[in-house]
Amino acid sequence: MFDLTREQRMIQKMVREFAEEVIQPEAIMIDKEAKFPEHIFKQMGELGLMGIPFPEKYGGSDGDTISYAIAVEEIGRVCGSTGLSYAANVSLGASPIYYFGTEEQKETYLVPMAEGKALGSFGLTEPNAGSDAGGTRTKAVLDGDMYVINGEKCFITNASFAKTIIVTAVTGKDDKGKNIISALVVPTDTEGLTITSNYDKMGVRGSDTAEIVLENVRVPKENLLGDPQKGFKQFLYTLDGGRISIAALGVGIAQASLEKALAYAKERTQFGNSISKFQAIQFKLSDMAMEVELARNMLYKAAWLKDKEKPFTKEAAYAKLFATETAFRSANQAIQIHGGYGYMREYEVERYLRDAKLLEIGEGTSEVQRMVIARQLGC
Amino acid sequence: MNIYVLLKKTFDTEEKIVVSDGRIEDDSAEYIINPYDEYAVEEAINQRDEHGGEVTVVTVGDEDSEKQLRTALAMGADKAVLIDTEDDLEEGDQYTTAEILAAYFEDKEADLILAGNVAIDEASGQVGPRLAEKLDIPFVTTIVDLSVDGETVYIEKDVEGDVEKVESTLPLLVTCQQGLNEPRYPSLPGIMKAKKKPLEELEIDDLDLDEDDLEPKTKTIDIFLPPEKEAGRILEGEVEDQVKELVSLLKDEAKVL
Ligand SMILES: Cc1cc2nc3c(=O)[nH]c(=O)nc-3n(C[C@H](O)[C@H](O)[C@H](O)COP(=O)(O)OP(=O)(O)OC[C@H]3O[C@@H](n4cnc5c(N)ncnc54)[C@H](O)[C@@H]3O)c2cc1C
Ligand SMILES: Cc1cc2nc3c(=O)[nH]c(=O)nc-3n(C[C@H](O)[C@H](O)[C@H](O)COP(=O)(O)OP(=O)(O)OC[C@H]3O[C@@H](n4cnc5c(N)ncnc54)[C@H](O)[C@@H]3O)c2cc1C
Repeated sequence: MFDLTREQRMIQKMVREFAEEVIQPEAIMIDKEAKFPEHIFKQMGELGLMGIPFPEKYGGSDGDTISYAIAVEEIGRVCGSTGLSYAANVSLGASPIYYFGTEEQKETYLVPMAEGKALGSFGLTEPNAGSDAGGTRTKAVLDGDMYVINGEKCFITNASFAKTIIVTAVTGKDDKGKNIISALVVPTDTEGLTITSNYDKMGVRGSDTAEIVLENVRVPKENLLGDPQKGFKQFLYTLDGGRISIAALGVGIAQASLEKALAYAKERTQFGNSISKFQAIQFKLSDMAMEVELARNMLYKAAWLKDKEKPFTKEAAYAKLFATETAFRSANQAIQIHGGYGYMREYEVERYLRDAKLLEIGEGTSEVQRMVIARQLGC
Repeated sequence: MNIYVLLKKTFDTEEKIVVSDGRIEDDSAEYIINPYDEYAVEEAINQRDEHGGEVTVVTVGDEDSEKQLRTALAMGADKAVLIDTEDDLEEGDQYTTAEILAAYFEDKEADLILAGNVAIDEASGQVGPRLAEKLDIPFVTTIVDLSVDGETVYIEKDVEGDVEKVESTLPLLVTCQQGLNEPRYPSLPGIMKAKKKPLEELEIDDLDLDEDDLEPKTKTIDIFLPPEKEAGRILEGEVEDQVKELVSLLKDEAKVL
């Protein structure tokens, strides 16, 4: 129960080495220049990282959710931008097709993503529908054999580099007059689709974030994903899985904060002593270490439940909420322990704080996680 | 081609190492594939991919060496052999290891055996050459390039920074030097497939060896860590005085003059 399998440990070691040797040297530049590291994604694809939680027959590596969480943590530990784009690609771009797609959709869309040859996005958020996804305004209207989609999406990760975007849209009304929301697979070369990434972000600056305008975008009827009546349920399930990956990213950033702060505290001398000898600093480090460990335990539990095909909605929300808030607190304390140096880009901890902030917003804000938990409690 | 790799589990010298009572503490050390052996694994896989055949990775070690063997399998080796001496041998040295390997290779038809140039723990560089002598096949150490054409093998060998070109024939044993290649990361599919690849476990009994045949030829007197590096000193004053001070420090303190 409290031990990783040999494969999980091998994956951890491999991804850590890759992250430290290949990504870490570029992490400051990726953030500073806000440039999506395409070449790193190519290598991650070749190593099979994009296909961890998918079966071999769909181009995956037959790994489990825990292995995937471990990989996200290790990437996030060195670079939040790369970690976010990685997590979004697997959990939001590829997973819905694996869960809900037809055999043909899996062949066409999932295989290249799992093999790392194509990236994917998930477009849910709209200018007027963020936390309240039910307020989706994008519409898809059936015209013969084609859906015609019109609307606007914002803040969509990886869209400028994606081959396909899964777009949520209103496709009709149910008996009670409520909107039916479905998901449709839209290849990014479809006419009428405009993708622009002009956001100047606080953090995760190297992760591509784009705005999407859909103007009479026509896709074949077969591109509708899963059950036409259950689109909303489907993306709630998708987001539950995505939350595990964002929790993993939080654990990675928190772990990095702890490591940097501890190393610095041992090195730095003030008042004739290593600052790690001061109780005020020790207590900060103790809290950080404890919280990282607790967050990781919750993360593994949520991932384990998912692997065992047990309900994991509540646990994924716990993990996401606690791990991302831990990441923010740890990064903040890491800066504090670094004093004035921590405020400088070169020491990296200030980037951890900026990157961690996104984790408290994306894939359901901290408030939304508390709403999910409350609903699970029966409130 | 029938390719074999000699691989050793060693502690990671970049991690903290704790020595107590003249022994390295197992619990505190991180274990890895000897880095030079990684070049050997990589080269073996490349040669197999070019010429066909099979790569078998062999280690003399203990139960825990399976981890390093599985990593080599995840990189792409086909089979692994673990010769577990933990229960049979109290101690061993390069002689011991070479004797065991020689017994293992007795009935094998190896075309190419690759080993690391040295193991970073004991750094003797002897196991490969000793084994080649016992098997009566040629060996070339510290290679940085290898190409096989039929029975002929073209080798570039590192000699203190210069390159020596050597031609040899199969069967052959080589030891691998940094610069030979860039060892790959085990891929995800590789890691998942590694658990299904064959890993044979042997003991010295299975090789018709007896503890007495394997008595080490050397004695380890003591194991200790290098002295901690101290902060440098900057001398001050007139150049002439500084020189005098330096000379006296080298004489009296460092005792090198
Ligand atoms: C870098 C980045 C990447 C992103 N990637 C994607 C992506 O790939 N795909 C995608 O679809 N979206 C993506 N998003 C969008 C993200 O999921 C939304 O920003 C998030 O869901 C919040 O929505 P909003 O921004 O509209 O904020 P709002 O929903 O307007 O929320 C504003 C504030 O109000 C609070 N709030 C809202 N409703 C309630 C309530 N009922 N009770 C209490 N508090 C409430 C929120 O918690 C928040 O604090 C991304 C965003 C960013 C910044
Ligand atoms: C943008 C910027 C502008 C600045 N402007 C100026 C300026 O105009 N003039 C100027 O002189 N300086 C300036 N500074 C420097 C600033 O005042 C110092 O960074 C600050 O005093 C902290 O010192 P330090 O960075 O050396 O951190 P350190 O003193 O090394 O502190 C590191 C950590 O150890 C803690 N710590 C240290 N000693 C103890 C103790 N005994 N017990 C418990 N905890 C302890 C600190 O609280 C901190 O968390 C500036 C810094 C920045 C970032």
